[in-house]
Amino acid sequence: MSKAFSSEVDAGSRRDNASKQKSEYDVAVVGGGLLGSAIAWGLGRLGKKVAVLDEGDIAKRASRANFALVWVQSKGLGMPAYTVWTVQASQAWSRLASELKQQTGLDVSLQQNGGFHLTLGEDELGQRTELVKRMHNQVGAADYKMEMLSASEVKKSLPLIGPEVSGGSYCPLDGHVNSLRTFRAFHTGFRAFGIDYFPERPVSAISKSGGEFRLTTPNGELRAAKVVLAAGNANQTLAPMVGLYAPMGPTRGQIVVTERTMPFLPHPLTTIRQTDEGTVMIGDSKEDELDDRALKHSVSAVMTDRAQRMFPHLSRLNVIRSWAGIRVMPQDGFPIYDQSETHPGAFVACCHSGVTLASNHAFEIARMVAQGALEPELVGAFSASRFGGAGAANHSGY
Amino acid sequence: MFRRSEQDKRPQVQIFVDGAAVAARQGDTVSAALLASGVDARRSTAVSGALRLPYCMMGVCFDCLVTIDGIGNRQGCLVPVAEGMRIEIQKGKREIGK
Repeated sequence: MSKAFSSEVDAGSRRDNASKQKSEYDVAVVGGGLLGSAIAWGLGRLGKKVAVLDEGDIAKRASRANFALVWVQSKGLGMPAYTVWTVQASQAWSRLASELKQQTGLDVSLQQNGGFHLTLGEDELGQRTELVKRMHNQVGAADYKMEMLSASEVKKSLPLIGPEVSGGSYCPLDGHVNSLRTFRAFHTGFRAFGIDYFPERPVSAISKSGGEFRLTTPNGELRAAKVVLAAGNANQTLAPMVGLYAPMGPTRGQIVVTERTMPFLPHPLTTIRQTDEGTVMIGDSKEDELDDRALKHSVSAVMTDRAQRMFPHLSRLNVIRSWAGIRVMPQDGFPIYDQSETHPGAFVACCHSGVTLASNHAFEIARMVAQGALEPELVGAFSASRFGGAGAANHSGY
Repeated sequence: MFRRSEQDKRPQVQIFVDGAAVAARQGDTVSAALLASGVDARRSTAVSGALRLPYCMMGVCFDCLVTIDGIGNRQGCLVPVAEGMRIEIQKGKREIGK
């Protein structure tokens, strides 16, 4: 057992001194996935003493199942503030990538040269054109320069598209990254910043006394002056322990991966991307089932069929892996960032786009947590007060 | 490095390796024929470009990847040779259209 944890046996004697002592940690981050790791890393970067309480290797972890896009286009219909937040994240990503490289030597292979959403057939092209119009007409939204292109215009950038491609939308701010290496880089960075990472510590209770938070885990209690809930879908259960609210509505997604092939895809797509090491990832299914241990082959079949209609040469490639993952998904699809009124010093953060928004979490959310208050002009729109107690309909939050 | 046994009386099969005729034996796998031929059959890996030869010879390690009759990333240790088969030593990732 780590020294940072008081066992049940000596918890009493330590509690006697609690009021006189400073907390062991400035901040406890609950959740060691990509979102919790980004915030913890950002706090460590500001010199804070941070503990990360995580589940173990078998946690349902979107950080290891995601599609790794740093994506802007089509996000934020129904919440203009989300477009502004997403564009800011996209623009800050290169700074995050270079700081991680400098600190850890790991190159996260960030590529931001614009991304496409391709359509098959005239109906899909019409629907996409309509969506782009609605995004443009949204008052208060950031202009992220999304435009519709004809099939022949798409072909200039993506010469291997098939005859069924009717066109697509393009956004110059879109990109992708090696998200597994990003995850690893944050955790490597923990060591350099002196952040304590504790696996196998799912938090079952949180209380506040003597001006500090006490977090109960199966392997002992940890005390911290502030707490950030970054436990993905589990935030729904944790948030009420500190007077917060985080209604979640997770979905399942499946991904299919091919063997490595020569580079053919110079831009990422919403549903297909080629990784820096040559594999082709095919994704973007959305299912209501929440079992990530099984795959629905009928879903993979549709995904791969569409992929090879977009790029016919893909039909020659062998599939080497496929998996299902559970999306972290706030009930209306948009991020939740909030601070507790009843338990000052408690924050909640959850969102679907943990990769795209990693830069904002590392730089902005961490800075605001360190200061002790979220800034309404930056993240006020993402307060859970918008739910008004009742769940809203799901918009295009991702 | 490898020498055929004198007791091996199997009939010859002609294959082509990067265009050059090579004598294999009926029942050889592509990997066995390449190793016995004495030609430089080293492929290079997809990511780092390291040079590799067939290793496990039983379908597990994938270090025998080779282009056979125009199809890339075939496991040479699992494919028997056939008369006139065209082998290309694969350098790096599987090529588009192969």
